[in-house]
Amino acid sequence: MKSLYIVIVGGGNIGYYLSKALLNQGHEVLIIERDVRKCERLEDELGSCCMRGDGCETVVLNEAGLSRADVLIATTSQDEDNLVSCQVAKHRFKVPRTIALVNNPSNDVIFRKLGIDATISVTNTILEHVEQEIPAHPLIHLLTMSGHMEEVVELLITKESPAVGKSIGQMKLPQDTTIALIMREGERPKIPSPDAVFKENDRIIALTTLDSEKILEKILLS
Amino acid sequence: MGCGRVGGKLAAMFDAAGHKVTVLDLDAYSFRRLPPTFSGTALIGNGTDEEMLRKAGIEDASAFIALTQGDNRNVMAAQIAKHIFKVPRVICRIYDPLRKDIYEQLGLESISPTEVFADILFNRLEKI
Repeated sequence: MKSLYIVIVGGGNIGYYLSKALLNQGHEVLIIERDVRKCERLEDELGSCCMRGDGCETVVLNEAGLSRADVLIATTSQDEDNLVSCQVAKHRFKVPRTIALVNNPSNDVIFRKLGIDATISVTNTILEHVEQEIPAHPLIHLLTMSGHMEEVVELLITKESPAVGKSIGQMKLPQDTTIALIMREGERPKIPSPDAVFKENDRIIALTTLDSEKILEKILLS
Repeated sequence: MGCGRVGGKLAAMFDAAGHKVTVLDLDAYSFRRLPPTFSGTALIGNGTDEEMLRKAGIEDASAFIALTQGDNRNVMAAQIAKHIFKVPRVICRIYDPLRKDIYEQLGLESISPTEVFADILFNRLEKI
């Protein structure tokens, strides 16, 4: 495996455990942390892999050798700081991949629209798990494609669904949405043709976008 | 967004000139800077929060100005206003001149008071 140079902004709990794991995988890691005491603690535990400074400042990022970094991960508790670190890394230092921790879940979509390659929202992750535990939930987020606005979702066709008895072609789905699989009890999952007809209790796997997700849900389940 | 000395004064000026003004600040105490004659809206809330901006009526705004003490907060709110809500004119205060340059290149109209004030002082003193 290729060893990467990974810069982590924020030496809190997430920054610490992340660095530890990445160092163990053989990557080169540098943590940028504002607080001097946190820096010392990190160095005591992980060796010399911490730099004191503001991870949003060009001067600090330059000193951190950001132009040769493969990835920047911003893990502070302030969304605006994470956004700026990632944007400066991307536009000033041409870092190929930027990842931001998102505290306010609605920033998930906003950050990706503003050019951050990947966002991780703890709140949304927990919500997705809760959704999967509740079988009645009509739309489940399975996967968000990094770097794109695309995602994979699962929908359950219920008795009340307006799609029952209709074919995919009849449903006027959003342009950027594809029904990828229909899963039916007792049958092998199949890739549907446009004239495949929805039945009650079908589980649908669809490729859609963050913007079209609500429309898809409305059309198939309302 | 931000009812500090500059924000408060600017809001009062636009209000006096007959424009419809909404001021956002996290701290209700900062609204003391608005004059008693102020006829606009003062809202407590975080300007980097999409929902809060919507409540403040950003969808109908013709201009958005980010004036908090935090460069990053201003940058984030201004980008949400410009790219998510498509506000026609967005201006952002960024104290750090280097950060200002980056966001100017990204098409965000920004002013660095640090740069402006240093320029003024330099020009005045150089003439002596």
